[in-house]
Amino acid sequence: MGEPSAMERDAGEAGGAEGRAPAPGRAREGVIVTRGLTKRYRGGQLAVDGLDLTVPAGSVFGFLGPNGSGKTTTIRMLMGLIEPTRGTARVLGRPMPRAARAVLPQVGALIEGPALYGFLSGRDNLLRYDAADPTADPRTRRLRVAAALDRVGLTAAASKKAKAYSLGMKQRLGLAAALLQPRRLLVLDEPTNGLDPQGMREIRTLIRELAADGTTVFLSSHLLDEIEQVCTHAAVMARGRLVVQGAVADLAAGARGRLVVTTPDPAEAARVLKEQGVADVTADGDRVTGEPPARDLAEVNAALVTSGVRVRGLTVERASLEDAFVALTGEGFDVAG
Amino acid sequence: MSRAEPVPLSETVPGSAGRRPSPLWTFGLLRSELVTTVRRWRTLALLAVLAAVPVLVGIAVKIETRGGGDVGHGGQGPAFISQITNNGLFLVFTALAATLPFFLPMAVGVVAGDAIAGEAGSGTLRYLLVAPAGRTRLLLTKYTTVLAFCLLATLVVTVSALIVGALLFPLGDLTTISGTRISFGEGLGRALLIALVVAASLVGVAALGLFVSTLTGSGIAAMATTVGLVITVQILDQIPQLHALQPYFFSHYWLSFADLMRDPVYWDDLTKNLGLQALYAAVFGSAAWARFTAKDISA
Repeated sequence: MGEPSAMERDAGEAGGAEGRAPAPGRAREGVIVTRGLTKRYRGGQLAVDGLDLTVPAGSVFGFLGPNGSGKTTTIRMLMGLIEPTRGTARVLGRPMPRAARAVLPQVGALIEGPALYGFLSGRDNLLRYDAADPTADPRTRRLRVAAALDRVGLTAAASKKAKAYSLGMKQRLGLAAALLQPRRLLVLDEPTNGLDPQGMREIRTLIRELAADGTTVFLSSHLLDEIEQVCTHAAVMARGRLVVQGAVADLAAGARGRLVVTTPDPAEAARVLKEQGVADVTADGDRVTGEPPARDLAEVNAALVTSGVRVRGLTVERASLEDAFVALTGEGFDVAG
Repeated sequence: MSRAEPVPLSETVPGSAGRRPSPLWTFGLLRSELVTTVRRWRTLALLAVLAAVPVLVGIAVKIETRGGGDVGHGGQGPAFISQITNNGLFLVFTALAATLPFFLPMAVGVVAGDAIAGEAGSGTLRYLLVAPAGRTRLLLTKYTTVLAFCLLATLVVTVSALIVGALLFPLGDLTTISGTRISFGEGLGRALLIALVVAASLVGVAALGLFVSTLTGSGIAAMATTVGLVITVQILDQIPQLHALQPYFFSHYWLSFADLMRDPVYWDDLTKNLGLQALYAAVFGSAAWARFTAKDISA
């Protein structure tokens, strides 16, 4: 049995301390690597078009895109549920869907929201999903189920039938199913859907904890601030194509901030700012904005005051990921692709 | 990125380190499937309906023969019905003959049709597959569970009939169709054998239902299609012009189980029935496997 031992070696590498400081070769390869991944549905609709995605080991990877941009189809191909039309997908270094039986026990997934057996209790739902995994040891099953329930804060409701659960509780139970075993990769599709702000915060904390344990987290979301808060890396999809991918800090830096001057004399302020080398100056009420110049902003301020402009405020607003997104796709975020 | 010392996952418990699939653990899914099926309210309702049939038949016969009359004159009603008053054991044969054409295949059609399509409809199929249950393993587990349900359903009818028969009618030695006498013990043995043959008669419907179940993402649609097919085939089996095709209908030899009550047993139709069921299982089982292992799961 050469294969399981190879798996063990992989698991050992990632589970141990080296997992977070991976060998260069492994880091370059990435936990998820797709090359030219394409899915055309039978109706002829091109859902995913030539996707080249690389998710570095140990990252919290945000997968962004409007509804209908091909995120879920991509996730389904990565999980071996859908056969790609063209291209390859490798997860944990093995080809999918061919190596699904070796790869998937090390992957926890929440795909398109939770799905539960309404007539079973929360605990029995998890026992069933755990029984479906042939690598899960039945001797530790109850223990692991209890630990997963505890981790998502569902211990008190564990004996309730799942059909009586609220959407947020179902979401938590879905997460618990992904946490039944120690995983090398977590694929979470909209994990905070249906949760109240407190629940969202808890889930984000949980994701950070898991990432600190060395688990790579692949997080799809349409909430930009969520990605900005928890992710180290991100990729943006639009209309089945990958628009950009990289470290979140780099992506946000790509879009420059705006200089904002608040003043009761906007017309005069705009004139002075243009003189000072500020490009793209626009005035809106008492707000005058423009691209920050290369020179020291203190001098810009002095020039404004010298010209008799009464300045209430002068600041540079940092670019958000949303600005970066709009700059990249030229469209608002909620537009369906 | 500065990260704290690796905190062991709270789920990290002994036994998960190796992740070597044990061949025996594979049966964990089957156990879970069996328990889940039996805990479903719908399964219990189907079994309750099946258990009620012998009760109704028994009471009807009891009421009709209270004045010392005879039932089933002129060969009316299910097989063996006229013999029930002499021997309660015949209620088993009557109940099986009454439920085999419709109630039993309908119940099996519901469970088999729902097997894959029901999971797809509720979305639980994708989580079973990423667990990963394995498509072939899941399909085999589902088929085994449907077969177990065939046996369970038949036994429910048998046991219910045996209890009602013993309560309402005398028990004792019985006369076979061939006219010979056999002891009550041997009669009981034959009743059990008949129950097994009846359960085996449902193997074909089970495979057909499972195949239909892999075609759709709606449990209701799959159940309705399977039950519809059962009824259609039974009707076609009654049309004389189709007699060339009829030996290939899965229901054609169903009532051959009565031949087990002959002395000596007449095996010809019984073996044809079992062979036909095996053929259906092979053909539709392969079709279900081919379909399910190549299917895009987008539900």
